[in-house]
Amino acid sequence: MIRFATLFAAIDQTTSTNAKVEAMASYFAAAPPADAAWAVFFLTGRRLKRLVPGAAIREWTMTATGIEEWLLGECYAVVGDGAETAALILDQLPSTASESLSLADWVEGRILPLRHADAQSQQAHVLAWVRELTRWERLVLLKLLTGELRLGVSQTLVVRALAQTAALPATTMAARLMGEWTPGAAWFRSLLSDGVTADDLSRPYPFFLAAPIEHGKDVAQLLGDLAMWQLEWKWDGIRAQLVKRAGRVHLWSRGEELITDRFPEISDAAQSLPDGTVLDGEVLAFRAERPLAFSALQQRIGRQKQVARKARDIPVVFMAYDILEHRGRDVRANSLSVRRTLLEHYIASAPSDAGPSPGHEQLLPFDAPRDVGHRTLRVSPVLSGASVDDLARLRAESRTHGVEGLMIKRFDAAYGVGRKRGDWWKWKIDPFTIDAVLIYAQPGSGKRASLLTDYTFGLWDNGELVPVAKAYSGLTNEEIAEMDRWIRRHTAERFGPVRHVEPVQVFELGFEAIAKSARHRSGVAVRFPRMLRWRRDKPASEADTLDSLRSMIR
Amino acid sequence: MLHETANGVYCPDGDFHLDPWHPVPRAVITHAHGDHARSGNAAYLCAAPCAPLLQRRFGPDTPIQALAYGDSLTLGDVRVSFHPAGHILGSAQVRVEGKAGVWVLAGDYKRAADATCTEFEPVTCDTFVTESTFGLPIYRWEQTATVIAEILDWWDVNRQKALTSVLFCYTIGKAQRLLTELGPRIDRPVFVHGMMIPMIDAYRAAGVVMAPTVPLIDKPRGTSFAGELVLAPPSARGTPWMRRLGELSDGLASGLMRVRGVRRQRAYDRGFVLSDHADWPALLQTITETGAGRVLTTHGHAEPLARFLKSQGLDSGVIRTAWEGEGGGDDSE
Repeated sequence: MIRFATLFAAIDQTTSTNAKVEAMASYFAAAPPADAAWAVFFLTGRRLKRLVPGAAIREWTMTATGIEEWLLGECYAVVGDGAETAALILDQLPSTASESLSLADWVEGRILPLRHADAQSQQAHVLAWVRELTRWERLVLLKLLTGELRLGVSQTLVVRALAQTAALPATTMAARLMGEWTPGAAWFRSLLSDGVTADDLSRPYPFFLAAPIEHGKDVAQLLGDLAMWQLEWKWDGIRAQLVKRAGRVHLWSRGEELITDRFPEISDAAQSLPDGTVLDGEVLAFRAERPLAFSALQQRIGRQKQVARKARDIPVVFMAYDILEHRGRDVRANSLSVRRTLLEHYIASAPSDAGPSPGHEQLLPFDAPRDVGHRTLRVSPVLSGASVDDLARLRAESRTHGVEGLMIKRFDAAYGVGRKRGDWWKWKIDPFTIDAVLIYAQPGSGKRASLLTDYTFGLWDNGELVPVAKAYSGLTNEEIAEMDRWIRRHTAERFGPVRHVEPVQVFELGFEAIAKSARHRSGVAVRFPRMLRWRRDKPASEADTLDSLRSMIR
Repeated sequence: MLHETANGVYCPDGDFHLDPWHPVPRAVITHAHGDHARSGNAAYLCAAPCAPLLQRRFGPDTPIQALAYGDSLTLGDVRVSFHPAGHILGSAQVRVEGKAGVWVLAGDYKRAADATCTEFEPVTCDTFVTESTFGLPIYRWEQTATVIAEILDWWDVNRQKALTSVLFCYTIGKAQRLLTELGPRIDRPVFVHGMMIPMIDAYRAAGVVMAPTVPLIDKPRGTSFAGELVLAPPSARGTPWMRRLGELSDGLASGLMRVRGVRRQRAYDRGFVLSDHADWPALLQTITETGAGRVLTTHGHAEPLARFLKSQGLDSGVIRTAWEGEGGGDDSE
């Protein structure tokens, strides 16, 4: 544990990526494989199913120190992290650092069994463990318990450190880390081994990500010859890879979560694909030949128990736009034009849905056009545009097609890894905008701890400001610091860490979608609200009204 | 006896302001930091060891009257005296005695040992005005020696990697405290940014013994500072001056660094939790030792500290000031 806590501290205490890789590589070289396996698990952002709720940690901290709840709340507002707040306050309990258990012993021998203990013995165990540990170890323990351990390294860096340790190519290591695995000494050894393992069969490839075309960019200059580019819609669904190998289908989300069971119609349809196929595409809620709103798809994600009923109400498709593995061969190094030909040929020549899954006709009450063959499996159509003006026109039509803009991909580009600029662009539609007034502010979390960065905005309704959106992002660090100072000096009232501020500051907010909502006082809910501009020029009295927002609902 | 006004905390019975933020006829100053001692006042009154620092800041002709710690002066209907606050050289609590009893305005203070200044002295009073920069139970300081050892370890590791160690700290107090602590433990000079020099000189003139320092500016262009330790004010961070330092690792010495998020937000490699302010236990200990029945809190976490004191049965409230403590910005400890 002490070695892992030291790794955590070493990563935390440098802004240099090389130093982070170096710290990980020396950890992997020195730690026992069982420990290293768990370290990889946590470093790649995986977490133990939350064993102990944050509220319990707060409760125990109060019990152990006599601090009242409101004061703990004030502390949290400064620290912005529950486990760290507790660790800092528990610092007053002396540490009787004893023999150090290994990370694997901690996780497997102590932390996981806690799941079966009642609340009282959980408290007794955890408070006793805390006393055995130093401050960094306490922080790590509490974060493990609440499932919020984040080590601040990207997947790419972990891959680099492991590849360095194993002397393997980074791409191999990246593929091995995808998908599901159970940490253990044997697994860690196979991770570093040079053979091909059985688990390799379910694994997706690292996703290639598009870079955004920022507002105000000269698109013509950016793209050059338009004949070099393939145009598609930017679908607003769940990015996913559909893997069919050795007779089995796996559907992976971009978050590397296995979502096969959530969408049985997709895995049924994919049974017809030949073994050794990996498609990249988008899961979309889809009816009457057009995508449904993302909020419809969300209902399919959350509820595993009602899959069948939801599948009837909200049909989905897999809109494929790339092929990464063809007849068992990794084809990512081929150009997009080659891959596209393979993809179209594949989908078009595969048998139709009806076979493998009886009852599908009822599930999918729409007809697919002939040229895409499959109903549940589709190919994202290629759009045509001869000029940047054509592109701009297509982009402007996006909302009427239920998509969120354009994807622009180089015909001659290989399928890369991560977000590499230049080969794939996404040109999203301009967001909806409103000018709203800042009414509440509270401290942010993580890196924004103790800065007042989380804002609530209101719109005018009968002479009153009604809260409509919370927004956290969009300001520069300088603007954040300036607003922080301003808010502190213009706080009308405090409710614990929340400050009610004088209604003066106006911000232009952008958001992606708007829907009616019974759960919000304003009667509307907006999606992805963020600050686009600080309207220093605009007095609060000239901000928008709630009616003007309501009128945007389609 | 003390009132909040637009210019600062005012004592009508003695006709003076305490650490005013706008120019006034008579300013009583607790210590030389920028948010407490501002220029332009017609007359200054401060503790004797504070006077040379104010002169460095405002010029030799500044009208300053100084009192030795413990000596008193009658102003109008009150008696004023200064008592050590242990914050920085010359820092003082101001005791005001009048019809309304005894008030002590502590200014900024700490209880940890600091060889650069006189140790804090509890003063019995009826009303105690305390800072609350770190007025939350998350703030507890380690032993100074522990933090100094962390700094030395960091410097050692950086030297092995041929990196320059750049330690940001406030120019009045923190820099000198670090140099005093480092002095007996190192065998080479510490390089300092030009803004550090006047106050290091002032401390030396006052007899404070520190590690030898070399102004970076004295070195010709192209000099390598790999493996060296450089002290600089946080305001120098990100300026072209930094280009002289080559590949580096940077850190900030401040109580704010107790919170990871605050360090990460400012993207320092290392945060060294070293503060010239009282931590939570020291605040509570001090408040008890003054025996005050009423405690007013100001700047930093004034509201929660006052609320906590009320819950402990004390008469307590907040007074609003423009003093910033360590929370105001990297430069305003």
